[in-house]
Formats: sequence, structure tokens, C-alpha cells
Amino acid sequence: MEQFDLVIIGGGSAGMSAAIESYNLGIKDILILEKNNYLGGILNQCIHNGFGLQEFKEELTGPEFMSRFSKKVNELGIKYELNTNVLGISKDKVVSYSNKDGYKEVKAKAIILTTGCYERNAGAISLGGDRPSGVYTAGQAQLYLNNYGKLVGKKVFILGSGDIGLIMARRMSLEGAKVLGVAELMPYSAGLNRNIVQCLQDFNIPLYLSHTVKEVIGPKGHLEKIVLAQVDERFNFIPGTEQEFECDTLLLSVGLVPNVDLLSKLGIHFAKSRGPVVNQYMETELEGLFASGNVLHVHDLVDYVVSEAREAAQGVYLFLNNKLPNTNEKSLVKPLKGVGYVVPNYIQKIDNDDKLIFKFRVAKPYKNINLVIKEGDKVIKKIFKLAIIPSEMEIVKIDKKLFELNGEDITVEVEEK
Amino acid sequence: MLDVILIGAGVVGSLIARKLASYELDVLVIDKENDVGNVTSMANSAIVHSGYDPKPGSKKAIFNVKGNAMFPKLCEELDVHYEQNGSLTVAIYEEQLEILKELELRAKENGVPVQLLSKEEVLKMEPNLSPEVKGALLAPTAGIVNPFTLPVHAMENAVDNGVKLHLGEEVLSINKINDGFEVITNKNKYEAKVVINAAGVYSDKIHAMIEPIDYSIEARKGEYFVLDHYGEQLVNHTIFPLPSAKGKGILVAKTTSNNFIVGPSSEPDPDKEDVSTDKATLDNIRKQATLLVPNIPFNQVIRSFSGLRPTPSTHDFIIEPSKSYPSFINASGIESPGYVSSPAIAEYVVDELVSKVLKLNKKASFNPYVRKRVHLNELSLEERNKLIKENPDYGVIVCNCEKVSLGEIKDELSRSVPPHTIKAMKKRTRAGFGKCQSGFCQPLVLKEIAHKFNIPLNDVLYDKNESFIAHYNTKSED
Ligand SMILES: Cc1cc2nc3c(=O)[nH]c(=O)nc-3n(C[C@H](O)[C@H](O)[C@H](O)COP(=O)(O)OP(=O)(O)OC[C@H]3O[C@@H](n4cnc5c(N)ncnc54)[C@H](O)[C@@H]3O)c2cc1C
Ligand SMILES: Cc1cc2nc3c(=O)[nH]c(=O)nc-3n(C[C@H](O)[C@H](O)[C@H](O)COP(=O)(O)OP(=O)(O)OC[C@H]3O[C@@H](n4cnc5c(N)ncnc54)[C@H](O)[C@@H]3O)c2cc1C
Repeated sequence: MEQFDLVIIGGGSAGMSAAIESYNLGIKDILILEKNNYLGGILNQCIHNGFGLQEFKEELTGPEFMSRFSKKVNELGIKYELNTNVLGISKDKVVSYSNKDGYKEVKAKAIILTTGCYERNAGAISLGGDRPSGVYTAGQAQLYLNNYGKLVGKKVFILGSGDIGLIMARRMSLEGAKVLGVAELMPYSAGLNRNIVQCLQDFNIPLYLSHTVKEVIGPKGHLEKIVLAQVDERFNFIPGTEQEFECDTLLLSVGLVPNVDLLSKLGIHFAKSRGPVVNQYMETELEGLFASGNVLHVHDLVDYVVSEAREAAQGVYLFLNNKLPNTNEKSLVKPLKGVGYVVPNYIQKIDNDDKLIFKFRVAKPYKNINLVIKEGDKVIKKIFKLAIIPSEMEIVKIDKKLFELNGEDITVEVEEK
Repeated sequence: MLDVILIGAGVVGSLIARKLASYELDVLVIDKENDVGNVTSMANSAIVHSGYDPKPGSKKAIFNVKGNAMFPKLCEELDVHYEQNGSLTVAIYEEQLEILKELELRAKENGVPVQLLSKEEVLKMEPNLSPEVKGALLAPTAGIVNPFTLPVHAMENAVDNGVKLHLGEEVLSINKINDGFEVITNKNKYEAKVVINAAGVYSDKIHAMIEPIDYSIEARKGEYFVLDHYGEQLVNHTIFPLPSAKGKGILVAKTTSNNFIVGPSSEPDPDKEDVSTDKATLDNIRKQATLLVPNIPFNQVIRSFSGLRPTPSTHDFIIEPSKSYPSFINASGIESPGYVSSPAIAEYVVDELVSKVLKLNKKASFNPYVRKRVHLNELSLEERNKLIKENPDYGVIVCNCEKVSLGEIKDELSRSVPPHTIKAMKKRTRAGFGKCQSGFCQPLVLKEIAHKFNIPLNDVLYDKNESFIAHYNTKSED
């Protein structure tokens, strides 16, 4: 069986960034496996700009951002296989995959899983009503539009205010479609503020907060209309608030879910982010198997994805040099009041690191609060926030010396005044 | 003049067609849908019931028990996933133990082997059941079947053996003519000596086209959740509550693809086309099911759906010639346990009823087997590699969730009942049936269908005639 020091599963932003960093750290025996016929992942269909402000200090489109990485991968001569689907990972890190040349198994000393995420869809949210065509996830409509030159409809309603939905509201408007509105179940938007302004307000598209689609109607096979209704604090429909919108398209932008299928038979645990439980180097409970990017937790900015992937690559470097011991000495990291999830899920006592990075999202919007990070009862750091929203990930770096790491829980919570 | 026109290509119609194909007959099957098995036969629990609970002596009891015994061979010949995993009917309250004993007696009358289990025995078999269970009735001959491929493969086998199939064609009226019937559709007119009515929820309407009828078929809707197969093994047997007047109740079952289904509800629906779902019903299903299996991971739900039972006012299957004409044969009101009964119904309809009005000569060339499909996950590494060498398309995975290869997609398109729609492809291969619900693979499948039938991408349908997908060109494409 062929062997590699590092096999990277998924050649999107996270996968390529991890590969380049690993190479620079001296790990040269790398194989990237990618199911599409191109590197770059989801960014290839994001032809709008707004990528790379942190990474390159300039605004790029998705494909431009990606090509800087794929160029580098090619320059360094990092080995990759396209049109190649990974079918399984075993506990002893044998990776099986399939492509037109055959069905193969390779042995990896270390693996980084960077398989991204998928969109929650009509099935997952048990959308009520008929089952007509004309109901798509926003990303699927984006794929048809940007990669196939096809428009799925001309009179559009959007359910969910996630960023992809907002971006599609603008994109479909520019293509001549009429976007009737965007409904959001929560009393606040799930998208970035800049997208609300640039994609909805600039196009006079109304945003219906605390609203959802109660029913889709399309008995003849194609969507004809939707019934919108307001919901109460417990997300029950408020009778009498129903309004009908005639439309031929309903786009769903109701959340992204880490694509963790390949981990399902390994007996490892999953976190509230729905990605695998990991330590500060994004190593999962299976020694030598790392995860990063949207498969670990969904990111809003690709810049954060590529930097997280570099941290995972550093973990791989330590692991391959026997400097990442699999000790039982660990301190759990837990999200408490007001915090949705935190990455990492535990900190291992290792001599190498000087800083610990915590990434998390609040569970709902807050104003004038403190974010408090504690170890046991001891407050390690308190950060004041004028305003904080779930759609923007928080990244907090803390000097490791401030922690004892003696097994007491580390917690992250919101302290209201 | 044709020998037989068969109306309806659900599981009942498809199996009748296959049976007819084993005789020297000129047969035309007509169905209004764009695919075979596209109505009730694709939206049900797909349980090959043991047959312990229908009323002894009823047609339901007789055909169920007989049909159940036919499944292993049938599914072998037609290359359909089937598993005899047994069912457990579970008592949650002390007083239900008495009812289990009555059911045991009923099973004996129907000739179905069953076994009463104690609480400990049940929980050992199914550790995820509620600790409240008091006992259960095990029916080891119950099974599960892939409900999507059985009608398709049966019809493929019928067509391979000479039956003609017209999809997307609706029967509008039927007239009695001299030595047969004239069948008028939205597209054409045909004459046949014999007409067989297997029109599901509309079988009353079809029957009423030739004579007044004194029964009706009501559609009773059943809604479900489907859970992904990447989670933990929830149950191994089909788990039923005790049956009630409304039916077999809300079950928790694994499917042949190791997904899990939870449902169905049971409510009359005046609209025979309505397969919508609604939150209140689904919420109630959730509540009922958790009484049996408390920790159902509802965050693994990938889809909800509903199906319509063709429930006859007579409370039993109607499998007989019409009153006025022995050559107009009804297989009507086939509600649950209709799926499991269908092979036995087909045999009876042809060998006992058609044989009375047409001379049946066995077709020497009849081959009961469909051309074998490739089942990638059942192959060893070597076998898989050999296959990919012969045809590299089997190495290219199109649907990431369900791991369906381009080779399988193209193979389906090359068959005698090929999928013309995205949904038809989904039923055959599972491409798009997984957790992302075709978010990634749909355009790839669309391209293959467009290419095969030589139509623009814009015209490929999801299912019904108006269900376009990538219908318009963008400004730059135009
Ligand atoms: C529609 C959309 C719009 C966005 N807009 C912005 C924006 O405006 N600005 C911004 O900064 N960020 C934006 N983001 C966020 C950012 O771009 C993404 O979070 C980032 O690209 C994710 O990178 P990734 O590598 O984790 O995942 P992906 O890019 O999804 O890469 C995963 C890769 O894994 C491959 N893969 C999956 N399974 C397998 C398998 N079994 N075998 C082989 N390969 C496999 C996939 O084909 C894919 O190439 C957007 C994201 C999306 C989805
Ligand atoms: C919720 C639910 C759960 C069930 N669970 C089970 C179970 O676990 N086990 C079991 O054994 N059974 C079960 N059943 C019952 C089983 O599904 C049915 O008995 C069986 O599918 C009926 O098949 P059919 O061929 O009679 O009807 P259908 O599959 O509905 O086929 C009838 C066909 O006739 C066609 N047609 C109608 N009118 C016309 C026309 N005018 N012109 C042309 N074509 C026409 C339709 O398009 C359709 O394709 C269940 C049913 C439901 C609804």
C-alpha cells in the first residue's frame, strides 16, 4: 500500500492552505484528494468580491482568491488528484478513494480533513406543503447561475438570511429576476451586516424578521406561491399573520452543516458546531487525524479558514515529529451562557504553544456585554463588546502562560451588565 | 386490437404487467405519471408485513401471507434490495399485554409464525426502545424492501419481455365495444379485449367509467420523517405500536439503505393529489414515535414526505371482475398491506381472472431476471478495480452523500424503462437522496439526462410536466 506523510481530504481553501503551510514546515510527502475537477472548493462559484481583505489586504473575487492558492500548490509541486472521491477513513488512517483510474487505499501518517460543509435544505427543515420544483438551496441556484449559465426562476422569495441567500438576492436581481423578499425565522439577521446593506437595502428588497414559510404551494409540479407567516418567541406560527406571495422560486439559506460523513464510523465525538471535537491543533480524538475549515465549524470569512488551516498544519508538523503527545491531561473548553459553541473543545498540555486561540459564536445578538473566559473560577480574560452578533465569529488569542491547565474546565460566557 | 390494456404502473400494475409478460399476449400499460411507481408505491413504509394482523379470512390476510412468502425469490430475480429483519409489535402499558396475546392467536389463524417476548428479551434485541416496554410480539418473517426499485425493475422486466409501456398518458374514458373496450387517453385511442384497473387512489374513478359502482376509494394521507444513515444504528427490527382502528400506527423502521423512517400519520384527504406535509402532523408523529423509541436523533432528519393510501369503503381489497363485464378486471383499493400483497395479487389477477377471458399460452422466451445492476459497495477492492478498468465511469462518484457513480447513472439511462426525470433517477440510484438532497449532484445528473434524450438542459424535469429546473438562460448565455 502506498504511504504518505500527510493526506489532505478536500482541496478547497482549507485543504490548499494546510498543504502549503505543511510544505513550508518541511512536510513534503503530501497528497491532496479532491472530488471536483478543480481545486478551490466552494469559492469557485462565489464570483462576487469581498474575499482576502485580511489575507492579502485587498478585495478579491472567490476564484481570484483561490487561484492564488492553487498557483502556489502547483509551484511547490504538491501532489493532488482531482475527480477523486474519498470513500472512507479507517482507524489506522488508511484512506480509500475512487476515481476513473481505480479504487485505491493509501496509508497516511497524518490526515487533515477539509471537506467543507453542505447547505441545510427543505428536507432538513421539514418545509411544509407540496414538493414542487422551484425550491433550491441558495448555493445550488448559485451553482446553476455562475457555473452553468442557467437561471432557476424569475420571481424569487428567499427563506433565511444567511450570507449565500443575501448574495443570491443581489445576483438574481442583477440577472433581471424580481426578488420579493427575504424571511428570517429569528428576530435578527443571520448574515453579515455588509451583506444586508449591499444585497438587500441597495435593491429595496424587504427583510421579514421573525417570519418563516409556512407552506409551499405547487400542486402541478412547479412552485406557484408561498405562504409566509410570522412566528412567536417559540417559533410557532401566529394565526392570522399569513400572507401569500406568488413566485416561481424559493431559495433557502437556512444554515450550513459540516460535512462529517467520513468520520461517522470512527467512534469520535461531535461538538455543538456539528464538527468533530478537537484540541488546540484541530486534532480530533483519533490521533493524527485533524480537521479544519468548514468541516470543523462553519466560517463566514475565507481568511479565517486559511489561517485556521495553517494552525492545523502546525499540529501535523508537531505530530509527525512526536511533539504532540496523546496525553490524557486535558482541560475541557465549554461554551456557557450565551455562547453557541467554542473551538477547540479541549486543550492538551503541550510545551510548544505560546498562545491559545479560541473561536466561538454567541447564541444571539447582545449589546454592552463582557465576554468572559475563565479557568475554573478564575477569570482569565474579560473583553467588553459594544455589540456582538452570531453571524460574526469571535477570535480571541490568549497567552498560554495565563492558564494553569491542570484539568479544570475552561469556560466562555456572556456576562450581561 | 390489443389483448390487454393495464391502467396504472404502481407496484400492483407493474407486477401484473410482468406476470402478463410471461404469456403470449399483446399488452399495453398506461400511466399518467412520468415514471413507473410514482404515486402510492413510492411513498409508504415499505414493510413486507408478516400478515399476522389483518382479519382472518379477508383478502388482505390471504394475499399478505402469500405475498410475503414470494418476496425472497421475487427480489432475487428483479435485483431489488430486500431484507427479512422481522418486526416487533411493542406493548408500552401493562394492559396491552393482553392484546398481544390476542394478536398471537390471530397470527395463528392467519398461519403466521410469531413469538411473545418478555421485556428483557425485547430490550436485549432493541436497546434503543423505551425502558417502559412491557413486552412485544416478534414476527420473524416480516421484512423490508426498496419500494422505489421494485416497480421499476418489475416493469423493466415486463418491457424486456415484450410489454409496451406508455408513461405520461392519462386514461380519460373507457367505452364498451363489441369484443372488448375502447380506451381513450389524453393522447390517443386504443382497443383491447381485456382492461385491468390498477389505478390506486383513482381505481374507483376508472371502474366507474364502465358501470355504476357502490363503493368509493378515499385517500388517507400518511406523513413521515426520513433520517440519515450516517448516524448510529437506531433499530434493527421494524418497531410497531399496537394496531388500532386507524391502522398499524406510527412505526420506527430502518430502510434497505439503512436510513430510518418515522411515521405514518393517518388522516383522510379529500384531495387525491395532495402529498404535502405540515408541521402540526409531523410534530405529532415525533411525539408518538418517542413513546416507543425515546432518543430518535431528529437532527438527522434529511426529508419528510407523505403518501396516500387508496382506502376502499369496503375495508378490503377489491380484486375481481366488474359486475357487467368479466373482461374488465379490478385490482382496486389496494391499501396497506398492499405492497407485500402485490406479487400474490398479480398472480391471482392473471392466472385466475385473466385466464377466464383470454387463452394463456406460456411464452417460451420469458426471462424472469432483469439484467444485473452493479452494487459498488458490495464489491471487494479487486472486483471494484476490475470493473473500473473495464468502465472508468464506475470510478467517478457523482453523488457524494450516497456514493453513486457515473457508471450507475449511465447504466440506468441505457435500460428499457430509463429515468426521464431527476426524481426517476433518484428512485433508481439514490443520487440526490442523501443529506444534501442533491445540492451538489443535481446539475451533473441533469446533464446526463439531457445528453441521453438529446434535449437542452433547460427542459429537463424534476418530476411532473411543469417541474422545470434550470429553465432560463442567464443574460450572458442568451
Ligand atoms: C456561497 C458562499 C459564499 C461565501 N461568501 C464569502 C465572502 O463573501 N467572503 C468570504 O471571505 N468568505 C465567504 N464565504 C466563506 C468561505 O469562502 C468558505 O467558508 C471557505 O471557502 C470554506 O473553505 P473549506 O475549504 O473549508 O470548504 P470548501 O471550499 O467547501 O472545500 C471543501 C472541498 O472538499 C471537497 N470534498 C468534500 N468531500 C469530499 C470527498 N469525500 N472526497 C474528496 N473531496 C471532497 C469539496 O469538493 C471541496 O472542494 C462564503 C462561503 C460560501 C459557501
Ligand atoms: C402511508 C402508507 C404506508 C404504507 N405502508 C405499507 C407497508 O408498509 N407495507 C405494505 O405492504 N403496504 C403499505 N402501504 C400500501 C401500499 O403502498 C399500496 O398498497 C400500494 O403501493 C398500492 O399500489 P398500487 O399499484 O395499487 O397504487 P399506485 O402505486 O398508486 O399506482 C396506481 C397508478 O395508477 C396510475 N393512474 C391513476 N389514474 C390513472 C389514469 N386515469 N390514467 C393513467 N394512470 C392512472 C397512477 O399514476 C399510479 O401510478 C402503505 C401505503 C401508504 C400510503
